[in-house]
Amino acid sequence: MIIKTKKDIPPSEITDPLIFRERRKIIKAMLATMVAGAGISPTLADNNQSVWPDLPKGDFSAEFLTPTPAELIKNHTNYYEFAFNKKDPASLAQKLRTDPWTIEISGEVEKPGRYYLEDILRQQTLQEHIYRFRCVEAWSMVVPWVGFSLGSLLKTFKPLSTANFVKFTAVHQPEVMPKQLNNAMLEWPYVEALRMDEAMHPLAILAVGMYGDMLPKQNGAPLRLVVPWKYGFKSIKAIVKIELLKRPPITTWNKFAPNEYGFYSNVNPAVAHPRWSQNSERQLGSGFFTPRRQTELFNGYGEQVASMYSDMDLRHFF
Amino acid sequence: MVLRINNLRSLALAGCLIPLLWLFIDIAFDNLGSNPIQALHIRLGDWSLRFLCLTLAITPIQTVTKWRGMTDYRQMLGLYAFFYATLHVLAYLLVDHALMWRMVGIDVIESPYIWFGVLAYLIIFSLALTSPKWAKKRMGKTWKKLHRFIHIAAVAAIVHYFWQLKGNLAEPLFYSIVVFLLLSFRILVWVKNRQFSRMMIPTGQRILAVAEKQGVMPVVIRKRR
Repeated sequence: MIIKTKKDIPPSEITDPLIFRERRKIIKAMLATMVAGAGISPTLADNNQSVWPDLPKGDFSAEFLTPTPAELIKNHTNYYEFAFNKKDPASLAQKLRTDPWTIEISGEVEKPGRYYLEDILRQQTLQEHIYRFRCVEAWSMVVPWVGFSLGSLLKTFKPLSTANFVKFTAVHQPEVMPKQLNNAMLEWPYVEALRMDEAMHPLAILAVGMYGDMLPKQNGAPLRLVVPWKYGFKSIKAIVKIELLKRPPITTWNKFAPNEYGFYSNVNPAVAHPRWSQNSERQLGSGFFTPRRQTELFNGYGEQVASMYSDMDLRHFF
Repeated sequence: MVLRINNLRSLALAGCLIPLLWLFIDIAFDNLGSNPIQALHIRLGDWSLRFLCLTLAITPIQTVTKWRGMTDYRQMLGLYAFFYATLHVLAYLLVDHALMWRMVGIDVIESPYIWFGVLAYLIIFSLALTSPKWAKKRMGKTWKKLHRFIHIAAVAAIVHYFWQLKGNLAEPLFYSIVVFLLLSFRILVWVKNRQFSRMMIPTGQRILAVAEKQGVMPVVIRKRR
């Protein structure tokens, strides 16, 4: 299936020749790395940055969108475990230990256990997914993720019919995460969750890379969730635990301010945050004096996901 | 002597433009991060709030140091608060929204934190309009009453700052403390003056108080209290 665009691509979304050339350069660099490191398979065991050139595109990858330049994505992250600003995690997160990395699967599944990430990756098909990413703070970007379907991973653990929700828990490394060390602001570790049907939706992926390269640590390495029709904070970083549950778990931001951050947190321009409008967004990389982008319902993925919420009042279940 | 003071004044006048120059340099060298539009907007708002705090600090400093003659600087700082606030508003309308009025309208209506920014701006706008000496003379007592609204502007500006943030409250907290201290100083002085008046005017001598109210009392006696 392909995301249909009702309107022409606005000029603001046509690739700037400069960025285009830069992408060529990146591709060339990737090819060079491949030649140089021929024979080395992209495992996470070695510290070398592995690349995934020429991955097949995901079914919903928006090829008509220009990805936001990698430098902007790398230097603009909400990673509250490290810092409350968007710049500092880029350097602070480098201390995060990501190797080896295991993911614990538990709850309503036939095959619970603790799995090495590389073992999981061996069974999954990596694809490139160019998705829109919309933060609850009204800025947005377009990210070429490298990832695999969350649903196909969950199926390998054989969920029971009693599994109604999927809970994700992020890493707890207070020795390198200053805000965890100080127990600052949020309750740590960070927790997010999806309804089972949302988790099984083909749009929902687990990402291990972006721009054909391994995920930078500040962007959620080694494994993060990406649910493009929801506000960014739902897409939890550095996942260490996945639990399938009967009842909805309490999630981090929802617990912090239940009237501001709902469980669903679907992108919706018609439902304002109690303190600010969600009607428009500033796209990273856009120049001065360029208009903001009109935010779309479900971040533009309505065709794919709206049916999951057809009987719900989105104002109430924000 | 006069020349020196004038020099100091021009120096201060120019110095207050450094933040703007600094901002232009950061724009030129692409130093504003991944979201330069927001960074520019926030920077201008920050400087407006800083100048507002400095303006509010002048009177307490005068009271404590008994150094007169800072009123001119108070006016200048206040006008700079207005200057940066105006750039902040223009950045919002032009740089961020590119004058898309429908989007601006929805944004303002749906964003309570902006309401407080608008309130603060309307207040300092009217204070800037009435800031020339002739306006002060013409308005008489109303001028002082109107210009007391600067306190409301400061509180509104801080609410405006607080309410847009998702979590990190350290910076707005700092400004809240500054404004709280400045306001409490004013309130303390006011309470102290009131207590003094009560102590100095026994009920039997109400006539004195009435005389004072009507401005019949010689200035010398008033000063002594």
